[in-house]
Amino acid sequence: MSDVQTSPLDSLMADQEPVVNDFQIMIATVNGSGSQTANSTLLRAIFRMGVPVSGKNIFPSNIQGLPTWFTIRLSKDGYIARREDYHILVAMNLQTVEEDITNLAVGGIVLYPEEWKIKHKRDDVVYYPVPVKALVDESGTPSSFVSYVSNMVYVGVLATLLNIELEQIEYALNFHFSNKPKPVNMNMALVRLSYDWAQDNLPKNDPFTVERMEGKTDGMLLLDGNSAGALGTAFGGVQVVAWYPITPSTSMIDALRTYLSDMRTNPDTGEASYAIIQAEDEIGAIGMLVGAGWAGARAMTATSGPGMSLMTEFAGLAYYAEVPIVIWNVQRVGPSTGLPTRSSQGDVLAAYFLGHGDTKHVVLLPSSLEDAFEFGWKSFDLAERLQTPVFVLSDLDLGMNLWMGKLFEYPDQPMDRGKVMTAEDIQRAGEFARYKDVDGDGIPYRTLPGTDHPDAAYFARGTGHDEKAIYSERPDDWVANIERMNRKFDTARALVPPPVVDEVAGTEIGLIAYGTTDACIVESRDLLREQGIETSYLRLRALPLSDATRDFIRRCDRVYVVENNTDGQMAKIIYMEYPDLAPKVKSIAYLDGMPLAPRWLTRAVQEREQER
Amino acid sequence: MGTRVNQIGLQRNDYKGRPSTLCQGCGHNSISNQIIAVCYELSIEPHRIIKLSGIGCSSKSPAYFLGRSHGFNALHGRMPALATGAIMANRDLTGIGVSGDGDTGSIGLGQFKHMVRRNVPMIYIVENNGVYGLTKGQFSATADIGQELKYAGLNELPPIDICLEALAADVSFVARSFAGDAKQVRELLKAALSHKGTAVLDIISPCVTFNNHETSTKSYPYGKLHEEALQDITFIPEYDPIIVDVHEPGQVQAVRMHDGSHLVLRKLDPVKHDPTDKLAAFRLIEEARIENQFITGLIYVDEHRPNLHETTHLIQAPLVHLTEADLRPSAEALDRVLGEICCQ
Repeated sequence: MSDVQTSPLDSLMADQEPVVNDFQIMIATVNGSGSQTANSTLLRAIFRMGVPVSGKNIFPSNIQGLPTWFTIRLSKDGYIARREDYHILVAMNLQTVEEDITNLAVGGIVLYPEEWKIKHKRDDVVYYPVPVKALVDESGTPSSFVSYVSNMVYVGVLATLLNIELEQIEYALNFHFSNKPKPVNMNMALVRLSYDWAQDNLPKNDPFTVERMEGKTDGMLLLDGNSAGALGTAFGGVQVVAWYPITPSTSMIDALRTYLSDMRTNPDTGEASYAIIQAEDEIGAIGMLVGAGWAGARAMTATSGPGMSLMTEFAGLAYYAEVPIVIWNVQRVGPSTGLPTRSSQGDVLAAYFLGHGDTKHVVLLPSSLEDAFEFGWKSFDLAERLQTPVFVLSDLDLGMNLWMGKLFEYPDQPMDRGKVMTAEDIQRAGEFARYKDVDGDGIPYRTLPGTDHPDAAYFARGTGHDEKAIYSERPDDWVANIERMNRKFDTARALVPPPVVDEVAGTEIGLIAYGTTDACIVESRDLLREQGIETSYLRLRALPLSDATRDFIRRCDRVYVVENNTDGQMAKIIYMEYPDLAPKVKSIAYLDGMPLAPRWLTRAVQEREQER
Repeated sequence: MGTRVNQIGLQRNDYKGRPSTLCQGCGHNSISNQIIAVCYELSIEPHRIIKLSGIGCSSKSPAYFLGRSHGFNALHGRMPALATGAIMANRDLTGIGVSGDGDTGSIGLGQFKHMVRRNVPMIYIVENNGVYGLTKGQFSATADIGQELKYAGLNELPPIDICLEALAADVSFVARSFAGDAKQVRELLKAALSHKGTAVLDIISPCVTFNNHETSTKSYPYGKLHEEALQDITFIPEYDPIIVDVHEPGQVQAVRMHDGSHLVLRKLDPVKHDPTDKLAAFRLIEEARIENQFITGLIYVDEHRPNLHETTHLIQAPLVHLTEADLRPSAEALDRVLGEICCQ
């Protein structure tokens, strides 16, 4: 087979200290070529060796043919944010190979099919040509399966180069194929063949290696955020799901269907204690939720920006008629169709104020698998307690990428079904008025359709109404009702998940962030500390804001609000809510489709500090 | 003599709603009155009904009947989705949806057809007057071609036929009636209440303020003059014996409804129509349109098509009656799922 080509830096590299469990692999492929199996197999195998990993799939809005990149970051220190540089390039896309090589870190390595002629070779990286076609031919893979398994060649070669345990690769394949022997064996045969070829033919000429670690990933799982949110939703006792397919939220409903079919279907009769309806559009989807929520069911949907835009009118109705529903928005990049397969935190303002008139919503902000699971069930408790829509703003990065997370904890409180009056309750109270503030917290009592009492019924509506839900255009009725709803919104401040605060004594600088930027902040704070800049950190978990956030800002001299959008949307909400504190609050906001990277953020904070 | 009550001890007044704020003589008020009459007569428990509507004059009317039933006045054209969610959440409820021609024929045509396609178990009434009343007299999509209105001028577009749209979406029950024909409206309502899927009632309901000229097919004068009833309709609840006049067997058709009740149709000459023949139903509507006829009665029925509860394999108990023990899987179930995710 082929000769290994070498570069002038080879001798230098050979003398280098080994780079162990602290580098990034970039796999460049063509969309639709089945690389997901190979990539998640590598990721899981390395995770199984106890090494902290994170994977990001950078894919096109396309079914077949456009370029796709997958990064696997190994971090012995446990960092899981996006890393901008990469050290190992698996170049399997001729379209992008030149650019992919250009961006490779100095001293990095390139695996590529040996038949490719690479025009502009760099002399500061190592090239490993691989006889992909010959290995596939030799494996005897039936022709109809070749395109599915070819990517196993780079899995096998990397296993040799980096010392990834073959047992873990086999384990990961079994996981991927649910222990079906035929696909596992077919893939594994090519992995072994490629592994052996590399052992015999590929003298290692680079410092990168994977070593088994202890204690870093114990008791952790590897999952995508959409599945975590779906599992939480299942443990929230969801009853009605209505949805319309849209990237990147679709896999959340897919996962939910799997979990519910497993846990909430009678195995003898096949009857389901839930309904999942694929609606004709997002308007239909949220309309079904409003009907179901009004009737007393726990109802949820998952969507993304364009879908949430379509849901606007119903969101306003649910807010004003006070109907509990849960809407997951797995954010992608807007405006408009934007970048459908890229991540952002661009829908914060849109979700918070979705609807015309004086509308505002409760918004949950998950930043991890654990949050996604917890908010999956807790969103229903909040929606029913507050009788209002609850938005969960996840994003593509959390939803569709594989993350490490702690094992989920079973809900620590029973389901909170909120203030619902039965026929007996009405009898005892002697009165039912749908929109009356009986308890002073702004949250009224409701009855459910089907309640057998002459006074139980009311006519829910989006039009102006009095305490008894009767149509009213009277100014005093309108004002009293809106003031009560605002009281309710203030009640929500104390009920939503409080922020997580890590306050460092003696520092003047505070960081505020939310959602998936958390991973970036965690690493960036360490990098800033190395530069002598200590920071306190408040991670928001929900809107509306609570006193804890206001007090944090007060205690800091200056606060940077970090977010993955262009307009600094959360910073704007803070300016609105706490105008007196606004001079202290600075926005660091950036969006180009990629999750924020710690080195970028570190530089951004340093620059801001120098400008002072 | 005491006040008259029905089989469950309720008076007719117990089925009334708030006073109507629609115009005097509006066809919608007549339809509301027939709903009240039928629910009283069939001794329906008001708390088992939900009233649903969109936006428009028609959609205000659920406030004016069945005051002891929950109701939801939803968004313009979006009542079908809301009704679907409520009826999936609680399958014990009987949904009565009231919509109009703007609500169903324009902004909500998509939701209407998807509701019909799903065969959501509910009654869907279109109070059809061919005009937008609340915004003062624009043409709706069901207005006649060539019609002239003071505000809107000449209508040069052909009308959308609600019954044809329903048939094309595979409706399992569709009928047309006229608000001025109270008896027929009542009999069709009774049959619709016994139907297990979506029952579409397209009821021509004249707008006395904006569209009651005899040139309009949606006016009282036109309806009174031109109504061609397909059948004499008699609804027989399951608890009453079926007595069919057998003198003209070829002219009588008894349709057995899902709940065991019967709809007895006596054919009128010269119009002969078999309401279980879908192609005939299409032809009937199209021919009537060409000949400017005003056909009323049961156009098509299929008692066998599965409804949405059946196609989603929903359990028999209403979802909203399930308790936390039914809904939240156990801690052991979580351990098992996590074990499958981790496998380590």
